[in-house]
Amino acid sequence: MSEIQPYKATERRGETFSYLPQLSPDKITKQIQYLVSQGWNPSIEHTEPEKAFSHYWYMWKLPFFGETSVAKIVAELEACHRANPGHHVRLVGYDNYAQSQGTAFIVYRAGR
Amino acid sequence: MAEKTYTAGVKDYRKSYWTPDYVPLDTDLLACFKIVAQAGVPREEAAAAVAAESSTGTWTTVWTDLLTDLDYYKGRAYRIEPVPGDPSAFYAFVAYPIDLFEEGSVVNVLTSLVGNVFGFKALRSLRLEDVRFPIAYVKTCGGPPNGIQVERDRLNKYGRALLGCTIKPKLGLSAKNYGRAVYECLRGGLDFTKDDENINSQPFMRWNHRFEFVMEAVHKAEAETGERKGHYLNVTAPTPEEMYKRAEFAKSLGAPIIMHDYLTGGFTANTGLANWCRNNGMLLHIHRAMHAVLDRNPYHGIHFRVLTKCLRLSGGDHLHSGTVVGKLEGDREATLGWIDIMRESFIPENRNRGIFFDQDWGAMPGVMPVASGGIHVWHMPALVAIFGDDACLQFGGGTLGHPWGNAAGAAANRVALEACVEARNQGRQVEREGKEILTEAAQSSPELKIAMETWKEIKFEFDTVDKLDIMKRTA
Repeated sequence: MSEIQPYKATERRGETFSYLPQLSPDKITKQIQYLVSQGWNPSIEHTEPEKAFSHYWYMWKLPFFGETSVAKIVAELEACHRANPGHHVRLVGYDNYAQSQGTAFIVYRAGR
Repeated sequence: MAEKTYTAGVKDYRKSYWTPDYVPLDTDLLACFKIVAQAGVPREEAAAAVAAESSTGTWTTVWTDLLTDLDYYKGRAYRIEPVPGDPSAFYAFVAYPIDLFEEGSVVNVLTSLVGNVFGFKALRSLRLEDVRFPIAYVKTCGGPPNGIQVERDRLNKYGRALLGCTIKPKLGLSAKNYGRAVYECLRGGLDFTKDDENINSQPFMRWNHRFEFVMEAVHKAEAETGERKGHYLNVTAPTPEEMYKRAEFAKSLGAPIIMHDYLTGGFTANTGLANWCRNNGMLLHIHRAMHAVLDRNPYHGIHFRVLTKCLRLSGGDHLHSGTVVGKLEGDREATLGWIDIMRESFIPENRNRGIFFDQDWGAMPGVMPVASGGIHVWHMPALVAIFGDDACLQFGGGTLGHPWGNAAGAAANRVALEACVEARNQGRQVEREGKEILTEAAQSSPELKIAMETWKEIKFEFDTVDKLDIMKRTA
């Protein structure tokens, strides 16, 4: 470890949690639990990887206003992934009080 | 109306300016001063003198006083309180009618409140501890050009704090070498890099050369990572004309954010630049060089919470707040107090955090606190606990000093941040479990592992010089 190590060629990333190893289903469940506990509204978005830089990805249905069931949110994420296998799929937590997103992170990363 | 007659000479201030029965109006601007009076000067007289000298009064009666309604325009000392743990000092509360001040002018407010009165001979020392700006006055000020929510939306950063780094050495790099350092940090995982405050446009690196190379670095890192990035291009300049010229050039290069030093540059320049940023869709990072000259002495000057309020009114999207845990001064509770002042829309009086008044900002956007100065990966758990998500954490030496270079240092910080956020969201106590959280994360990040080994022993545990008064009572 004392030798200087070269830093690898830059990789495409995807904002929050994209510098951690792929989150396990259990860890994703805990993050969804946190999103719900903050009172945020879950919403699912997906995109072709080459269009990922845009602010606007495709919406999967509408935001799931008032949805607090982690299992139902996981099921919708899986459904979105099945229907769009080559896409990134991210989960957004809309914070209507701050009029912003409380969190957003990629759950399914294309090519991973 | 004409019951008053003119008598030349010197009157006790307290006859006109000490009004203990006064109930402040919602529109009054309120100030709390910490005063140490000269021996033999009664507290009421000293408080009244401060109210007078910071508003309508002068040392002697003048006949033109009678041409106006001084009872309407005068500042009033309306309350005196002991300072906990210090019998030599006391707090004086002064109410100023809103019409004493030009609308939208922090400059005008400060010229009155912290003008001549600070040199007044009857006082041994004077410190402006807090100011309540009435919502009616807040509404006349532009405030932050964008605010935290707009910044997050523009940069697509959600659910975590932002990460930055000040490029070092702070003086002497050529523009091209400087851009290299920026590129390495951003491709490694930081959101921002920053010009050091000392960097303006010196002979070794002129501003326009720096701007060009830095923006190439920003754009390349964005294209490679797929994430949005920025560099605080410092437009602080000798004249406002030059400042705007630099801001315009930054905009023409596609920069998302520029930077200004609000105390050395001055409030007039700052307010003008904030307006320019609002009109041009540009984020504004504010540095605070010179603040410690004004705010560090517990008996003299202007408390940082007042300078914070002044900046929020004048305009800025980021403001340095101190880190609590790094190399620079900052008591934890006091820091939490001024972080609230930056970010929240209503901050209730809370003496345990040094906040003397309720402060209502209405719909004015919030300022993102910037924690910078001597922090590294081991501080990350505490920083996440103290600042939460709405902050920019800046690791200068803590990125550039990584044994494998800037990109590895940046990656180490990003991994540490995301690991702490993930753990916090799971309900873990990140400050208490910090070591385990970082150690776990380091298993998949050799960059974090070596950073943890490098900075294991570095702590900054000196006592705070400017403690909250209330802590002295309990100490």
